Amino acid sequence: MEFFSGIGEFIGRNLPYILAGISVGGQYALIAVGYTMVYGILRLINFAHGDIFTIAGFFMVYIAAAMPLYVAIPLVIVLTVLLGFTVERVAYKPLRTAPRMSVMISAIGVSYLLQNLAWYVTGGLAKLYPVIPFISNSVTIGGATTKMVTLITPFLTIALVVVLVMLIKHTKIGMAMRAVSKDFETAQLMGIKINSVISMTFIIGSFLAAVGSMLYFTNYATVTPTVGAMPGLKAFVAAVFGGIGSIPGAVVGAFIIGICENIIKALGYSTFSDAFTFALLIVILVVKPTGLFGEKLSEKV
Amino acid sequence: MICVKKATKLMLYGALIAVLFVALWVLENTLPKSTMLFTVLKKGVIYALLAVSMNLLNGFTGLFSLGQAGFMLIGAYTYAITTIPVAQRMAVYQYYEGGIVQFALPVFAAILLAGLMAALFAYLIGLPVLRLKSDYLAIATLGFAEILRALVQYDKFGPLTNGSNLLRKFPTFSSVLFPFAVVAVCLFLIVLLMNSTYGRAFKAIRDDEIAAEAMGINLARHKQLAFVISSFFAGVGGALLAMYQASVQASTFKVAMTYEILLIVVIGGMGSITGSVLASFLFIACSEWWLRFLDTEQFLFGVQVPLLRSGFRMVVFSVVIMVVVLFYRKGIMGDKELPDLFRRRKLPKEAIK
Amino acid sequence: MKKILALCLALMLIVSASAMAETIKIGIFEPASGDNGAGGKQETLGIRYANELCPTVEVGGVTYEIELYEVDNQTTADKAPSAAQTLVSQDVAVVLGTYGSGAAMAAAPIFEDAGVPAIGCSCTNPGVTLGNAMYWRICFTDPFQGEVMANFAASKLEAKTAYTLYQLGDDYSAGLVNYFTKAFEKLGGTIVAETFPEGNSDFSAYLANAVNAGADVIFSPSSTTAASLILGQAASMNLEIPFCAGDTWESSVILDAVKGTELKVYLSTFFDESDTEASTLAADFVSGFKAWLNANPDKMTNNGGNDIVAAVSALGYDAYMTAVEAIKLAGAVDAASIAAALPGVSLEGVTGLIEFDENGDAKKDIAYIKVADGEAYAFTFLTTTQIAK
Repeated sequence: MEFFSGIGEFIGRNLPYILAGISVGGQYALIAVGYTMVYGILRLINFAHGDIFTIAGFFMVYIAAAMPLYVAIPLVIVLTVLLGFTVERVAYKPLRTAPRMSVMISAIGVSYLLQNLAWYVTGGLAKLYPVIPFISNSVTIGGATTKMVTLITPFLTIALVVVLVMLIKHTKIGMAMRAVSKDFETAQLMGIKINSVISMTFIIGSFLAAVGSMLYFTNYATVTPTVGAMPGLKAFVAAVFGGIGSIPGAVVGAFIIGICENIIKALGYSTFSDAFTFALLIVILVVKPTGLFGEKLSEKV
Repeated sequence: MICVKKATKLMLYGALIAVLFVALWVLENTLPKSTMLFTVLKKGVIYALLAVSMNLLNGFTGLFSLGQAGFMLIGAYTYAITTIPVAQRMAVYQYYEGGIVQFALPVFAAILLAGLMAALFAYLIGLPVLRLKSDYLAIATLGFAEILRALVQYDKFGPLTNGSNLLRKFPTFSSVLFPFAVVAVCLFLIVLLMNSTYGRAFKAIRDDEIAAEAMGINLARHKQLAFVISSFFAGVGGALLAMYQASVQASTFKVAMTYEILLIVVIGGMGSITGSVLASFLFIACSEWWLRFLDTEQFLFGVQVPLLRSGFRMVVFSVVIMVVVLFYRKGIMGDKELPDLFRRRKLPKEAIK
Repeated sequence: MKKILALCLALMLIVSASAMAETIKIGIFEPASGDNGAGGKQETLGIRYANELCPTVEVGGVTYEIELYEVDNQTTADKAPSAAQTLVSQDVAVVLGTYGSGAAMAAAPIFEDAGVPAIGCSCTNPGVTLGNAMYWRICFTDPFQGEVMANFAASKLEAKTAYTLYQLGDDYSAGLVNYFTKAFEKLGGTIVAETFPEGNSDFSAYLANAVNAGADVIFSPSSTTAASLILGQAASMNLEIPFCAGDTWESSVILDAVKGTELKVYLSTFFDESDTEASTLAADFVSGFKAWLNANPDKMTNNGGNDIVAAVSALGYDAYMTAVEAIKLAGAVDAASIAAALPGVSLEGVTGLIEFDENGDAKKDIAYIKVADGEAYAFTFLTTTQIAK
């Protein structure tokens, strides 16, 4: 009996960390999928992806102030997708033949621009995210009280990712994506419309980022211009950890990072909660650069 | 013949530099101290060193590193920790009973030490990460910069680093001549290096790693060397930046700082030292001075100019940068140097490879 | 190029010199954006209000118009120096501000180097004035405030264990937590300390740590941006531990966060708008300032959308009046004379008597402890505390 109460207490003590970890992990996963898909196809670290996530948050703040939520939510998703699409067309497409470094610099430039734009529009002040009913409600499980969104996030994430994987496995555009990520030039020669495939990748990535931002900001209700930078980088680390280019890998990586981060905080090393993620990244890169599920990349000569 | 040419060229450069310093001295003694010009000159010349040190890696050796802010942090902290006068330590390390460092080095020794410490860290970090390719290297170095920042802020290291709190009260400079002199020496060393066999080896690695290796260049050693040298100058630049700001805090050495320097390098032209120098002055002058008016409400002929308010400057600025990145990919100078521009006019055949 | 620059500069100087004939420039060094933007705007409002009441100063028979020159220091220590540099290049005679100690400490060497006196309004870290000959301050300091809150937590809240939380690189919260810790441990309490990195959003693990440590009180005097995240997550966890914080939390951001929750939030601050019986000066200020805010919707927005008189607005007002007093006392409008006159200032301000000690700190020994009431949307006055220095 004492044993069980001991376990009960142990769970009671640690449940909040695990819950927070899983929830954060799910949100990272939704961002990480965007990174990993873009990297798989363009071999580009899309540094602006975290900022698209931030802007999705701001879209919601401003649109929800003017319209009811059932209009605002789809509108935010559409606008975010449009933003992702535009960024690709304007900032990455003209550089398709340029060296990889140029495209990455362009991505950094876009990130810089989006952050400054957000700073200008909001005056750099934190904005309160609107309350989305139901998922903002409090629930109590096993003695720990948390928001509904914490419980929903992992399930929603997994459901979305399963749909995405099905899409890539069984549709024509999915097949084209796989072909392009295997061999860019051959796919082009085979008549695959590279540009529409790439646009599709950005559309899917931005869609997931928009959903991710709704879950994230329901949990952490303030939006600031640089709020997406850290989750963005961590999601990228998650993508590398899971094996860049692999969607299930990115999801698993994101959950592991989310949970580890909260364990680090629970152990009292909160100063290093961000640094830990990067340490993990470096260890993975040095020991197993292909990540958990990644395919071996052959370096082109 | 060649010797004579070289000698006259050296004399010409020497004379130019002397003229520059005299001009600075005259400016300083005629204009009031508080003008923005001096701020721009001081900060611009420090950023010039930082940009050139980054260019050494990204532009000349083709190693895409994003760890600049981390090495600047090491440099700035080394300088600050070793130069705060002992009498002031109680006030600075207010939560750590004065800290554990109870000596103060002379300024020049501390600047040198700042560079050496950054180089040491670069050596250790380089061992694992330099094996990585392009974007993996970028993200790994970025990660290391973040780890360094967290370590410096760690409360347990407080007696050494003052934790996450401000370091201040260390010696600074008031004349523009000081940073100009230090940076001139550093740039001179970098130019020497780039014209040596090492410099040519770096460029060979950038242009084609496999070909360079086939020519007998030890890739690992040269990459390590470029990384360490670049970080040394980043450390010196960090120390100068600390002096310029008169206070240092780890939280300011963020990824954004690295990005800013990278953008300067891109604007100036990857692989051009003079390009980086020019771009630094341009960048700092625009952001600190010429575009400042965009941040305050202005009235033109009695009508309020729309859009102008806090933050607009940075929006305009980042749009300009995007235009450069997209349409003028080579930046101001491409991979040419300033003297090349004059040379090409005279000897068009030699300039064409 | 240089020549053209120099020429432009010379022209600018001539223009500014001719314009300066009968005006004196006071620089406002406040955040209008970033984590402290909300508070900085309120402080600026107090200064602007004072400027409207008292737009001129007479020195040696000449009436000088006071011109406010505002820069946005964007809250952080890396942006502050260049904003300070802008003020110096505008040849301001005296600087007012800033909200937030980090920016003040980062800018202090620049003001010192240029010989421009600065009067801090609500920057409470001792490092702002300590060893900085050109920085004065009109509010109380963190050693005092930390002790006040430690006494309050130990006696009124009967806390044995306190959980402290501050942001890495935030000089204000780091300092206050440090002094709170010292005082609380002296009273026999136990401290569990943690920090969070800048940009952190997830505080649920920290709050769980506080619960697991058996904390009786959480002392987290962070910026209001972090505060709204902390309080929001505490509310969704149904946390019963009371929060204590410093002057920064007296903001409508906090009221928004506690509205509709069971959270208990206590804070110490410089001024109480309902405590107007003590002096007619304060009563006049409160009624005048409220009317001034209500007359203009823009000002209301800058104040956070309501007409609650924040302590920082009162301090902004007092800082301006202190500067005017120093100019009168100096009998001159140059920075050096004003700096020399500041130690001699003795002014009955809205927030109490302003006289400086040898560090340049106002000799203030009274703090108001308030509780955030989300339902009434106000900070309810609880008690005042006095600790002899």
